[in-house]
Amino acid sequence: MTDYMDQMRNFASGMNQGSPQAQALKLETVSMDRDGAVLRVPYDEKLIGDPETGVIAGGVVTTLLDHACGQAVHTGLTEFKTIATLDLRIDYMRAAEPGKDLYARAHCYKVTRSVAFVRAVAYDVDPSDPVAAAQAAFMLDSNGGRGFGANRGTGRK
Amino acid sequence: MSDPAEQIQRRLEQIPYARFLGLRIELAGDEMTAILPFSPHLIGNPVLPAIHGGVLGAFMEMTALSQLLLKEGQARQPRVIDVSIEYLRSGRPLTTYARAEIKKVGRRIANVHVEAWQDQRAAPIAALRGHFLVTPTEKA
Repeated sequence: MTDYMDQMRNFASGMNQGSPQAQALKLETVSMDRDGAVLRVPYDEKLIGDPETGVIAGGVVTTLLDHACGQAVHTGLTEFKTIATLDLRIDYMRAAEPGKDLYARAHCYKVTRSVAFVRAVAYDVDPSDPVAAAQAAFMLDSNGGRGFGANRGTGRK
Repeated sequence: MSDPAEQIQRRLEQIPYARFLGLRIELAGDEMTAILPFSPHLIGNPVLPAIHGGVLGAFMEMTALSQLLLKEGQARQPRVIDVSIEYLRSGRPLTTYARAEIKKVGRRIANVHVEAWQDQRAAPIAALRGHFLVTPTEKA
């Protein structure tokens, strides 16, 4: 079990480093265990959504939550599977505090043969005073035999 | 009165995150299309490769906000209350388009549906439904 979780921690940090969007946001996995995953996006002026207040764009929260929910799925599995987001619902409760880093804590609460269900909150200081809350469903074994470079070239199969 | 497309475009250019995504809009009459040209930094999964699901969600959110600014003329930038995003196909490394439909605008809340596609309009890659807090400009 510990071995799998160690592998997943390595996989998560590799996934962050290998993902250009995660790199562009400087997204980082803070912790990963059986309770789920905690991720961080540092405050950055280029991510501001409201120039008048300096508040980070809702879209950054969306990406952080999607990414965190995806990594949490792996904490709910016992072996690696490819995954794809089916749906993601987000409630935006308040504006994030300008200048503060954003965190997301995601927990995979149910796994079936083909679907994983995840809940998450995004917060700046206190997880009990969230900026946003999310609920997501993921398809498992999503690659269906489509491997490396499947999205390149023309036409959709 | 300057061109409404130009006004929205100028507003988007003032938003650092819109510049970060590289989003722009085009108008055909009163129909607005938001355009997200492909750029390597939008990739979430480098193996396939596929555009990050969060980026597609963010793009559709910004499409809904732009449509509200265009149709309703907002005193302040509308605020997102909630969104529900459906992922239909993975986002390939291509230009992505989106169109929004305002289903209802009340005194405070608007309901907007958005659909995003790439090379085939009939094969959408994602959809979004959302509620937005609005403060419409007083109509003269």
